[in-house]
Amino acid sequence: MRCGDFRTSYQSDMAVFDSDLSRWLLAAFFVALLAFPSVATSYWLDVATRVGIATIAALGLNLLTGFTGQISLGNAAFLSVGAYTTAWLSNKGVPFIAVMYLSGLVSALVGMVFGIPSLRLKGLYLAIATLAAHFIIAFVVTHWDAVTGGVNGTSVEPARIGSFVFDSDLRLYYIVLAAATFHLWFAKNLFRTRMGKAFIAVRDHDISAEVMGVNVFKYKLYAFAISSFFVGVAGSLLAYQARIISPENFPLSVAIDQLGMIIIGGLGSVLGSIFGAAFITLLPELLRIGTSALSGQLPTLVQIFAALKLGVFGLTIVLFLIFEPDGMAARWHRIKAYWKLYPFSY
Amino acid sequence: MEFFFQLALNGVVVGSIYALVALGFVIIYKSSGVLNFAQGEFLLLGGYVFWALVENHAPWPYAAALTILFSIVLGLALERLILRPMIGEPIISVIMVTLGLSSVLRAIVLGIWGTDTRPYPELFSSQPIMVGPVPISQGYLFSMVISAALLLAFTLFFRYSRVGIAMRATAFSQEVAQSMGISVRSIFAISWSIAAVVSALGGILLGALRGGVDGSLSVLGLKALPVVILGGLDSIAGAIVGGLVIGILENLSGGYLDPLMGGGVKEVAPFVVLVLILMVKPYGLFGKIKIERV
Repeated sequence: MRCGDFRTSYQSDMAVFDSDLSRWLLAAFFVALLAFPSVATSYWLDVATRVGIATIAALGLNLLTGFTGQISLGNAAFLSVGAYTTAWLSNKGVPFIAVMYLSGLVSALVGMVFGIPSLRLKGLYLAIATLAAHFIIAFVVTHWDAVTGGVNGTSVEPARIGSFVFDSDLRLYYIVLAAATFHLWFAKNLFRTRMGKAFIAVRDHDISAEVMGVNVFKYKLYAFAISSFFVGVAGSLLAYQARIISPENFPLSVAIDQLGMIIIGGLGSVLGSIFGAAFITLLPELLRIGTSALSGQLPTLVQIFAALKLGVFGLTIVLFLIFEPDGMAARWHRIKAYWKLYPFSY
Repeated sequence: MEFFFQLALNGVVVGSIYALVALGFVIIYKSSGVLNFAQGEFLLLGGYVFWALVENHAPWPYAAALTILFSIVLGLALERLILRPMIGEPIISVIMVTLGLSSVLRAIVLGIWGTDTRPYPELFSSQPIMVGPVPISQGYLFSMVISAALLLAFTLFFRYSRVGIAMRATAFSQEVAQSMGISVRSIFAISWSIAAVVSALGGILLGALRGGVDGSLSVLGLKALPVVILGGLDSIAGAIVGGLVIGILENLSGGYLDPLMGGGVKEVAPFVVLVLILMVKPYGLFGKIKIERV
């Protein structure tokens, strides 16, 4: 329970941590994540790595959709741009960190190109334009055999820094953890700067933002660039994890999954991106455990597992939108607020 | 030249079915401002329900009638349970709810009928009819006639019937329509039913043309997006013209460019057109122009 927490300056209002307690809790959580591999099996380590990668991608999408209000269905394609850039560069022998950020940059450039229609389009029309971007990029990926390997895909050299090779699940986990932490820190601080606040202004009311001196088109393009950069970095890590990538890794459903993550986690919330990414990545795993536990009584469950997974995913999104439209982050804040005044909350 | 005519004819047939699906999009968008990304799944569900009925020895006209009935109930239920709570929510939520809905519907079809192609009985004789120099299969001709008849019927419905006029009034302004005694709620419900019905009929026609239904039918829902953007999201005439144009364009580009570019052009060409239209004329050929400068 915390009380007497009054803010007396703008600086304390803008602070990332609202108390020392939350700082310590976060530090404890981070230590727990560092220690996680010592208790986890290699399967769950792989799942945790996927959660980390999904967090970066969902954060990227949330920057664009949740914070700037530009709906994008093209995320699977931007992810594939990052992944293929990584495949191409890593096979040329470029060092890991450079590959990751070059992948992000290429993805950002592609994202900006497809962000140009946002000058004239909003809402539904922009969603459709980005959907078209998905199909066009997917077409290029399957046909540009020299770089992408076409439908057969291409292999990726393992990440290396100097002579240290990141070729095991454990080493990859730590890379992803570091990358996710860095990008979360970056995003959290981005929204304390002019650029981040301009994004939010564009989302809340574009005309007012323009009147207040925010160059709407410029900031929309920035949002597309930063968002696609994040997604490209996620794609790069995904390529390092998968080791072989083909167009089948990036269907439209990946983009819908990521939209699901930010809807369920919470639009316009950095914390929500983590919640959503973890939820959507863990959902099929929990479902798998559930069905195998019930397979004795209900053997048909295993046969229709693919359908079950799809249906539960869709139903979760629909139910969240109807009953908890602000996502898990809002629920989290409500729970926190309840405990803050615990015995005296009304 | 015969190759050209054959492609163009295929385009017209496929295009007329696109027009039906696009009509579903337009009806919902016009009345309630929602773009239904689950339209393709309505198609899929219609195709499978018809197949299941025929498989259980229903004569096919009855099966078609029952499928229509099923679609009406489906449309009503979805509008009441899922779309009505979303009124007033931001666009991203409404888009997401229809995407979630599409996952659920696809999962239902996948869970009940699996992934195998379900063959349709032969509804038409395979003997082609000659139209000028070009042979055309009876199934093509039949589905073209049905689509044309349906599109005509809906055009007349919107122009002359009471409900149709009420729907147009709602599209024009919900508040004015409400104050004139139109129940906007029931208009929304009716528009979802109609959309489900036209899509289901499109699904049956496609199933009959392809000789069976499988999961790939739902992709048609996304392919109708270039159609509605070309024609204008809120124009029924636009849906018809757009459907035919996109159908022909898709087949011609597929026929002539596939050998050069190695397949798949047919799938992507409509989306390239889509981006170009959005850049040049975002409200389409016949759409209502709402200019808003930022």
